[in-house]
Amino acid sequence: MEKKPVSLWQIFAVFAKIGAFTIGGGYAMIPIIQDEMARRGWISEDELPDIVALSQSAPGVMAVNISIFAGYRLRGIKGSIAATLGSITPSFCIILAIAMLFTSFKDNPWVIKAFKGIRPVVIALIAVPMVNMARKCCKSWWAWTLAVASLLLVAFLNVSPIYIILCILITAFGYTYIKEKWTR
Amino acid sequence: MDTLILFLQLFGTFFLIGAFTIGGGYAMLSLIQGEVVTAHHWISESTFTDIVAISQMTPGPIGINSATYVGYDVIAQATGSHLLGICGSATATLALMIPSFIIVLLIVRFYTQFKNSALFEGVMGWLRPAVVGLIGAAAVILVVKTTWFQGTPAFTIVEENFPDWKSWILLAAAFCVSYWGKVNPILVIVGGAVLGLLIY
Repeated sequence: MEKKPVSLWQIFAVFAKIGAFTIGGGYAMIPIIQDEMARRGWISEDELPDIVALSQSAPGVMAVNISIFAGYRLRGIKGSIAATLGSITPSFCIILAIAMLFTSFKDNPWVIKAFKGIRPVVIALIAVPMVNMARKCCKSWWAWTLAVASLLLVAFLNVSPIYIILCILITAFGYTYIKEKWTR
Repeated sequence: MDTLILFLQLFGTFFLIGAFTIGGGYAMLSLIQGEVVTAHHWISESTFTDIVAISQMTPGPIGINSATYVGYDVIAQATGSHLLGICGSATATLALMIPSFIIVLLIVRFYTQFKNSALFEGVMGWLRPAVVGLIGAAAVILVVKTTWFQGTPAFTIVEENFPDWKSWILLAAAFCVSYWGKVNPILVIVGGAVLGLLIY
C-alpha cells in the first residue's frame, strides 16, 4: 500500500508546535523533534542522528537546518520551506511582540533594575558553553592557538568574526587537501 | 532612499552571518555582535546584552531570536515606524536562513560523498576551536571595550553592563551555578532579574 503524502499544512503545524515549545535553542529541540517524527512515522529513529550530525556541521542555526532536512525528506523543497516557516513562526511573533513592547517599558525603573541584574548574568551564560566546548575540542596546542588567536583578534583588534571563519576555512581546506594528496 | 539602503544592508549583513555561522547559536551571537555592534554601530553593547537575555528566555533558537529582534530594533530606531520595524525583522530573519537553505539542500544531494570525507573532518578540526575563541570574544566584548588611538589600545569597562562591584559578583555567581550547578539558563536569568530588583 502506498503511503499518503503528508500535507504541507501538517508539516507547518507540527514544526510550529516544536518551535513553540523549545526554549533554549537547538539542542533542547532534538528530543522533541525525535518524538514527534517517530510517533508520526515521518522519520525513523535511526535516521535522526545522521540528520542531526549534518545539521550541526552545515552553516546557520541547527534547529533551522534540521527543519530543512526533515521537511525535504517529507515533501521535497516545498516541505522544507513549510517546516522552516513553521519552526520559526512562534518565536518570530513572540520576539516581535517583546521588541515592540520593550521600547515603552525600557525606562520603567523596575525594568531598569531587573536588567541591571540580568546583564552580568548573560555574560556568564555565554562563557559557560564556551568553556564546555573548549574542554571538548581544544586538545592540542594547535587547537588552543586557533582558539586564543581568534579570541584576541576579535575582542581586542576588532576583527570581524566573518573574516576569521573565512580565513580558517580557506587555509584548513588548502592544508588538508595538500596533505591528502601527499600521503596518497 | 536611506531606508531602502538600510534594508539592503540589513539583508546583506544577515545573509553573511547565516553563511558563515558554523558551530551553533552562540557562534552566531559572536558574528551578529561583530557586524551589528562593532562594524555598523546599529545597536550598543548593553542593548545587545538585553537582546541576548530576551532571546535566551523565549522559545526558539537563540540565533534566530536575536536576528528577529535586531532587525526590528535597527529599522524601528532609524525610521520610528513599527510597521517598517516588522519588515526589518522579517528581512533579517529570512536573510539569515537563505544560506542554510541553499547549503543544506546541496548537502542532501551529495550526502554520501560528504559524510566521511577526510577533507570535511580536517576543516572542522580547525573551525571548532576557532569558534570557541569567537564565543569567548563575544563575552569579552560585553565586558571590556577596546578602542585604538594612534597604535595604542585603550581598555574601558562597558559600564551599562557592569555599573559597580555587585555586577561582578553576579557574573561570578551566575557562572558557578550554571557551570557547576548545571542550573537551567532561564532560571539563571530570572534569578539575575530578581537579585537586580532587590539590590539596586
